[in-house]
Amino acid sequence: MSEMTNTLLEMKNVSKEYNGNPVLKDVNFTLKQGEVLGLVGENGAGKSTLMNILFGMEVIQQTGGYGGKVLIDGKEVKFASPLDALKAGIGMVHQEFSLLPGFTAAENILLNREPQNKSVLSLVFGDRANTIDRKKLQKEAIDAITKLGVELDPDMIVAEMPVGHKQFTEISREISKSAIRLLVLDEPTAVLTEKEAEMLLKAIRNLASQGISVIFITHRLQEILDVCNKVIVMRDGRIIKELEAADTSIPEMAKLMVGREVSTDKPKQDNDERKISDKIVLSVKNLWVDMPGETVRDVNLEVMDGEILGIGGLAGQGKLGIPNGIMGLFPAGGKIMLNGSEIPLNNPRACLDSSLAFVSEDRRGVGLLLDESLEWNIAFPAMQIQNKFLKNYLGGLIKWRDQAAIKEVTEKYISQLQIRCTSSLQKAKELSGGNQQKICLAKAFALEPKLLFVSEPTRGIDIGAKALVLQALREYNRKHGVTIVMISSELEELRQICDRIAIITDGAVSGILPAERPSEDFGILMVGKSKKEAM
Amino acid sequence: MDKAMELIRSFGLPRLIITLFLLALFIIAPFAGINVGASLTDVLGRFGQNAIMVLAMVPMIHSGCGLNFGLPLGIISGLLGATLAIETGIQGPISFFLAILYSTPFALIFGWGYGKLLNRVKGSEMMIATYVGFSSVAFMSIMWLILPYHSPTMVWGYTGQGLRTTISTEGFYYHILRDSLNLRIGSFSISFGEIIFFAVFAFIIWAFLHTKTGTAMTAVGSNPVFARASGINIDKQRTLSVIMSTWLGALGILCYQQGYGFVQLYQGPMYMAMPAVSAILIGGASVNKANITNVIIGTILYQGIVSMTPSVMNSLIHTDMSEVLRIIVSNGMILYALTRKSGASR
Amino acid sequence: MRKEITNKDVRNFLANNIVPIIFIVLCAVCIPIAGYSGEYLVDQIITRIVRNSFLVLSLLIPIMAGMGLNFGMTLGAMAGQIGLIFVTSWNVVSIPGLLLAAIIATPIAILLGWFCGKMLNMAKGREMITSYMISFFMNGVYQLIVLYGMGAVIPIHSNQVILPRGYGVRNTVDLLNVRKSIDNFWSIRIFADENGTGGLTIPVLTFILIAILCVIIIWFRKTKIGQDMRAVGQDMEVAREAGIKVERTRILAIIISTVFAAYGMIIYLSNMGTLNTYNSHSQIGMFSIAALLVGGASVSRASIKNVFLGIILFHLMFILTPQAGRNLIGQAQIGEFFRVFVSYGVITLSLVLYEIRTRREKAESAKTLAIGQKEAEA
Repeated sequence: MSEMTNTLLEMKNVSKEYNGNPVLKDVNFTLKQGEVLGLVGENGAGKSTLMNILFGMEVIQQTGGYGGKVLIDGKEVKFASPLDALKAGIGMVHQEFSLLPGFTAAENILLNREPQNKSVLSLVFGDRANTIDRKKLQKEAIDAITKLGVELDPDMIVAEMPVGHKQFTEISREISKSAIRLLVLDEPTAVLTEKEAEMLLKAIRNLASQGISVIFITHRLQEILDVCNKVIVMRDGRIIKELEAADTSIPEMAKLMVGREVSTDKPKQDNDERKISDKIVLSVKNLWVDMPGETVRDVNLEVMDGEILGIGGLAGQGKLGIPNGIMGLFPAGGKIMLNGSEIPLNNPRACLDSSLAFVSEDRRGVGLLLDESLEWNIAFPAMQIQNKFLKNYLGGLIKWRDQAAIKEVTEKYISQLQIRCTSSLQKAKELSGGNQQKICLAKAFALEPKLLFVSEPTRGIDIGAKALVLQALREYNRKHGVTIVMISSELEELRQICDRIAIITDGAVSGILPAERPSEDFGILMVGKSKKEAM
Repeated sequence: MDKAMELIRSFGLPRLIITLFLLALFIIAPFAGINVGASLTDVLGRFGQNAIMVLAMVPMIHSGCGLNFGLPLGIISGLLGATLAIETGIQGPISFFLAILYSTPFALIFGWGYGKLLNRVKGSEMMIATYVGFSSVAFMSIMWLILPYHSPTMVWGYTGQGLRTTISTEGFYYHILRDSLNLRIGSFSISFGEIIFFAVFAFIIWAFLHTKTGTAMTAVGSNPVFARASGINIDKQRTLSVIMSTWLGALGILCYQQGYGFVQLYQGPMYMAMPAVSAILIGGASVNKANITNVIIGTILYQGIVSMTPSVMNSLIHTDMSEVLRIIVSNGMILYALTRKSGASR
Repeated sequence: MRKEITNKDVRNFLANNIVPIIFIVLCAVCIPIAGYSGEYLVDQIITRIVRNSFLVLSLLIPIMAGMGLNFGMTLGAMAGQIGLIFVTSWNVVSIPGLLLAAIIATPIAILLGWFCGKMLNMAKGREMITSYMISFFMNGVYQLIVLYGMGAVIPIHSNQVILPRGYGVRNTVDLLNVRKSIDNFWSIRIFADENGTGGLTIPVLTFILIAILCVIIIWFRKTKIGQDMRAVGQDMEVAREAGIKVERTRILAIIISTVFAAYGMIIYLSNMGTLNTYNSHSQIGMFSIAALLVGGASVSRASIKNVFLGIILFHLMFILTPQAGRNLIGQAQIGEFFRVFVSYGVITLSLVLYEIRTRREKAESAKTLAIGQKEAEA
């Protein structure tokens, strides 16, 4: 690593806001040639926005550009599109694979950059009639794989590969681009087995020694220590600290990641000292859920009667899979006991019948009938499950929709939750995100559940609406004694409202702590340290 | 100005053009020496004849199964009912009742199987429905030849075996609805029998959509994931909707036969889905939203054009291009609905 | 290294090839019942291959581009027919006539293909039903032009072509001028007896043309554009990210298919010798698609092998069933209805099987998780 002298990339006072909300504030850092930079931070800390700016993604221009300067080799650049960034030698490997399942590794590596041979017909039909030079394609692919230094069969079809090899194919593709100088890896090890991850880390070191700089985004802090030269910790759109990897430790980074600067660390606002009963209302044993991107492997949990249990953890670790699996929306297995009786899995109806309710994180996809009125949205589940809002004729043979009762309940919730709408007949798709979220809550409240799952209730809504939603949940818990299990990516939000918080990593519970515990403890759980070490 | 544009947009440009075209036809008609009263009678007659087949689109659209290109399956149930009723030899109004009665079990069974099939191919219902319709028509063509019917009104005279291609309903249920409660003013006549018959079934569907089950069906079509999360058995709702559509298709063809005067077998039902699909789309429905108003407006517009264009064109330019125009308009309408973005993922 | 053939392999083979297997069994049963001579059957099959293979081959490219079965090939057939109508009315004979027909048909096919491709880009995910409706819609436009435009607006005056009323093309147009001109240009007889009768006639030039098209298709797969089409067919988004122009590539696939279909139609009709002005094109679409599926192709995968196996099996069934019906029940009509049923049925079956198979593949991942847990417990 002798050539770690020239500065390749420099960011100066970079800032960015979406609709007046600042998401990046005054970001400054430099990256030298052949250097490996670790980038860590919670979800929403601004990492992806920063990378989007670096890549000239369309979303940045569409939302009004950014402030500050990006310099490469000391010269300011403004990329209009990712293609420009590629030309400047910046490559990125995203979390989701962007591979064609039916193509071989080699074909994927050189997708749309295939070496070609001119033929007679090219003269007539133009360059697209060139034949593909298979031999050269093979050779170039192997070159890229060798440069990366991993074992990968260029002739293997992607669909038949283990996940790790897909990841290697993806990285090889970036490396095969001739001008590559800076490689951004977004959570590359999240899907890999331990052995594959080790191979990848070795490959990163290998690339750095060839003078390629790497920005390595990961939640696994040990990997940062293993492979990076320096680390940037981001929080709330700022760089909190720049550290030399050799001089830091996992607890330090974890603390920086989640710690708030708020001087008085008082998470719970209410002063009502209430006793949570020690009666177990819901117990989850060996739960697995096949939810793409949020796989749950083996979760064991117990929920106490009347409490608010928080479930936190980083994105992709499986926290969202838990309620979705229990409520039967994704294939699941394991044993769920509610008040001592078992609830069958993969059967949404059975869950609803036993007075469970669920407010999904996917408002538009799962939570709402976008094309129907608010009345329908709020009343529908209660009508179908509990025969509410129905008039019976002919001795119950005909169950007629009771429009008046539906209107009444809708208006009740509209005023109670302060839903802003023109009338109870407005279509759900016309409301703002926050109000849509309140509709989803109203829908669940109308079921009068004993236990309520709420998944990411504040995602994508503004601060005012956030407070209202959280307030509504707290009140609902206090007034009706309803047990609530709340899943959220925002630790502070969980600490505000929950009694206990469980942290999920790698599809399993890594620890459950009382909400009063300092954020660092949760941070350490999140990055995959076992319960014992956190205590 | 903006408001006018907004109105046009909500009404849909193709529908506006078709409405204006039909109006123009009616305005031109007297100058071309066409009796407007008789034309209106014709349009209303065709409405009564076809409206139930268009109504048969509604349940499947509501449950998200898309446009029912498999209508021929329902029609075949109706044909089985019709031929069985004629086979009994019982004449008069009772034969119509019998035809409905006999076709019902077939419609239920076929609809159930068809629904089960469509549940296994979610996302490509329309293509498969089309071919299910075609296959069943072709299969029944064989059956009409070999099923042991005996009634001399239906069987080929010279071989004594196999049914005729068209069978007259004369003496059985010919004009059984058309001629009941008929009001005649000059050259204009309106059959309340047919209209009431349609109204009854339209009301039943309307009412059904206001019940608990009907609400669930609409929700399944509107957002299947929402419905599943709310504990609805999606497949059951969809199957139910397909059974309803199939049964309405059977009723629809019987109603058509009483007005038209013939039972058309063999390849007859092959392309009968297209006019019905097109009519409901002209009425303002989309691939996943439809209501009774769409059915009524669509049937009147579609049948209006089909019956008015030939007569007006013939008397004006002495050429009958109407069949070709009908093909272009009705298929163009379906194409328009399929290529619209708002048509959701189906 | 001998591979063990397990029960599972056999089951997979059966499941993936169920349609051809049904047809082989069907034909095997019908051959003795129909009682045709082997020579007659082989002769017939050669004729059918000559007639149909170009048309069926035209379906391959849209499948490669992930657009499913191109029901819009009917558009190409219409273009071919318009070309033939012109050359017949101008009395251009033999091979020059066919060439001219192809030259006239090409721009029409390109235009129609472009329109169809544009439409299909607006209806991603339901290409098949849309292309099917396009063929219906265009059929109306075709009739408008041919039945009312030709002779009235478009100057065609030949009595052989135009209806006695002075405009509109006759229901059937005799293609004597170009009939079998490619086939007879160079044909050889094999297995003929001493008098020179009987035996089989092999139209060499037609076979050469078909072979050339096969070579073109194989070569096409190896070109950049072929690679792009395969990429677009697998995942439009990934292809787009890699910088491939997805929409253009899809339109191009349809245009190529439509143009080939136009040429195929010209070859088909020149072999038949008569043009059914208002029916030929709509039937040919269904028969070509059915034949391809019978050969074991699916909505997303088709090869040249499928084309020829399909034509042989499908048309064998087509020839056999009326005679088998007559010999079995005494009615040829049953056989005719039966083959219509089989054509539709086979398309239905293939579509349904394809959907079910795709669904099953998606459900696999849950199983692996469940297994993983069991292993962990053990």
